[in-house]
Amino acid sequence: MHNRVLIGTAVALSLTGMTTVAVAASADDFKAAYAKAEAASKKSLEMKTQWTTAVAELKAAKKAADAGKYDEAVKLATHAQALANASIEQAKEQEKLWADAVVR
Amino acid sequence: MLRNCFIALAIVLGTAQPLLADTPKVDPQADFKAFREYFTKRFPNVQLNDFVNGPYSMDEGLRKQWKAIEEFPPYEFALERGKELLSKPFKNGKTFADCFPNKGIGIRQNYPYFDTKSGKVITLELAVNQCLEKNGEKQYDYKKDDMAAVTAYMAYTSRGKPMDIKIPDDPRALAAYKKGAEYFYTRRGQLNFSCASCHVQSAGDHIRSEVLAPALGILNAMPIYRSAWGGMGTISRRFTSCNSQVRATPLKPQDELYRDVEYYLSYMANGLPIVGPGARP
Repeated sequence: MHNRVLIGTAVALSLTGMTTVAVAASADDFKAAYAKAEAASKKSLEMKTQWTTAVAELKAAKKAADAGKYDEAVKLATHAQALANASIEQAKEQEKLWADAVVR
Repeated sequence: MLRNCFIALAIVLGTAQPLLADTPKVDPQADFKAFREYFTKRFPNVQLNDFVNGPYSMDEGLRKQWKAIEEFPPYEFALERGKELLSKPFKNGKTFADCFPNKGIGIRQNYPYFDTKSGKVITLELAVNQCLEKNGEKQYDYKKDDMAAVTAYMAYTSRGKPMDIKIPDDPRALAAYKKGAEYFYTRRGQLNFSCASCHVQSAGDHIRSEVLAPALGILNAMPIYRSAWGGMGTISRRFTSCNSQVRATPLKPQDELYRDVEYYLSYMANGLPIVGPGARP
């Protein structure tokens, strides 16, 4: 009886694991996440406010995708996009704030 | 008639006032005075002309090391190379002397200048490469090597001459100056630092083992031999590496904004002696 419970639990756990695999990121998910991150990064470069860390995360995302690690790649691309957006926000804020720092 | 005049005046004032209110006033002379007062009041024991020596004006221990280094200056090879390059004929027989006033000797203190013809700030590094291009030669890498050598020698021939940067009565020159100031005070990079964060607000403080140089006269010692670089570096190298250190993607060397920053900082250093080339930790 005890063994049956253990076996049942193991089967349930493995099924859960399979479910996780089933929702893992795909190459298309990566492409979508990467495209968004790349667009944000390009915009920040044009605004001359790009962060080196955003570029590094984008590069790492591409590398992970090339190795077939799409979960990791999507995570990195999403992070790169967040960094790029933060740099754009920083530039927008500084448009007014810089003047407050001027020695007068 | 009079009524119409009043209406017209009201319209003009009504539209002009918000514009004036939104535009920070650009007053280089007032900025210069405030900038100088800030540093001289904050560091009352530092002689005005000593600010150009950067960290050595802030730290006695470093100063002693520097004095010892200057007995056999690490930039000496660059000086020799620069002197040679300045007089070496191009393929067309001309030399740098043909591109610069006074054959390039003793003129460092006048750079950068605002060129009213092109409407742009012309730095010494840009002028060197413009000269090469004009004479069909390959341009130098803006950050080091021959560019550092030529500008080092030109600075050497200007040692002791006071920085003399002019802002002509031209709205484009004032705009360039303002853009330079804006870049200098704008926070950037993931570390959210501006140039001023280190070289105004934290001048004289330490970042790890380094003493942060004051912004006042910071370019007067350029180009420099930096031990951290293991070689010579130009103003372009200094600006791009500062950006990288705060995790901001550097602009291209001699980007318009970098030239504007150089214009702003050099104007702030007016009257202080040229001491380049320098040596830094």
